[in-house]
Amino acid sequence: MATAKHWSGEIHALLRAWRADLVSYVPDAGHANLIDLCRADRATRTVPLATEEEGVALATGAWLGGTRHVMLMQSSGVGNCVNMFAMLKTCQVPFLTLVTMRGDFGEFHPWQMPMGQGTPGAFALMDFVVLRADRAEDVVPAVEAGLKFSFNSYNRVAVLLGQRLLGAKDFRKVRE
Amino acid sequence: MKLDRREVVKELLTERRDLLVVAGLGACAWDITAAGDTPLNFPLWGAMGGATMVGLGLALAQPKRPVLVITGDGEMLMSMSSLATIAAQRPENLAIVVLDNEQYGETGHQATHTAMGADLPAIARGCGFRKASAITKMSALPALRRAIHGKDGLQFASIKITPADYPKVLPPRDGAWLKHRMRVALLGERAHE
Ligand SMILES: Cc1ncc(C[n+]2csc(CCOP(=O)(O)OP(=O)(O)O)c2C)c(N)n1
Repeated sequence: MATAKHWSGEIHALLRAWRADLVSYVPDAGHANLIDLCRADRATRTVPLATEEEGVALATGAWLGGTRHVMLMQSSGVGNCVNMFAMLKTCQVPFLTLVTMRGDFGEFHPWQMPMGQGTPGAFALMDFVVLRADRAEDVVPAVEAGLKFSFNSYNRVAVLLGQRLLGAKDFRKVRE
Repeated sequence: MKLDRREVVKELLTERRDLLVVAGLGACAWDITAAGDTPLNFPLWGAMGGATMVGLGLALAQPKRPVLVITGDGEMLMSMSSLATIAAQRPENLAIVVLDNEQYGETGHQATHTAMGADLPAIARGCGFRKASAITKMSALPALRRAIHGKDGLQFASIKITPADYPKVLPPRDGAWLKHRMRVALLGERAHE
């Protein structure tokens, strides 16, 4: 993932510029650099989650208290969240999540396919704005649009970071 | 001894001043409303399994204020993993109180896992809570209340209560309104930025 470092640094800078002071995550390889950057940065409070729906409730409490939260997760985690997303809709809580895709372009792993392909539909169930980045140069505009759609115009927003950007992992190869 | 839920909640919310309260769906939401509805209450009407993490978000965003989550054993069982997440953060100003009637009261009194051996304070302790108690006497509540209101460190308490049903005292149910009123109370003009 030679280019990964580059765009994750840009995302981190954007999160700081927007004062997204709380970042929660369930790890995914595609988010590893960004998680490290957030954890190394003293201005960002990072919350490792045991399961993704925790981050949705966390975002609601943080917003009640005046703090902006962003959640990092893998596409599989989206399926864990749907009922909790309903609270965001009912209470009109702004929400931004950055989702590293699996079951996407070039996927090797059959167990990742259903939820990866189902991810946009799961977000659609709760009226999310869904943005996508498939090339390094798409990342900053997509995340910036996501920050605006959530914290300026109070939407639920997902930015999908596609496998063309992240690279697909082939378990039969030694190298990732 | 099993305690009375309304008496317990009334005692915990006595002289509450700047205390923020999140209640899990159902009876706990009616209990905090019976003790007096205020913009500093966020009663959930749904989002089962979300109460403790809403409390964590609020506690991290408002570190100067004490935050109390009051929820049912059924609601707590649905978000058991959040106890590990919260203990890892260890906010000084957060307390979780479970009103444990050993039932899903709201849906027809089906037994929960706490009736079958699940020990919530032991689970909290195992997740990393240094203070996790099982409360069995009304006389223990004033000290618990003072610790919560005084932000005396992250804590968990389970209180066994009788399964009695009370008349529903309903808070406003418009979630957007409940959110706005707390944000305005906490943030003033900043709530609309
Ligand atoms: C995800 C989800 N599953 C099931 C329900 C149905 N439900 C509503 S309240 C409740 C029980 C709550 O039990 P507990 O937290 O112990 O509170 P009690 O009513 O006993 O005070 C259940 C299962 C729901 N609202 N949401």
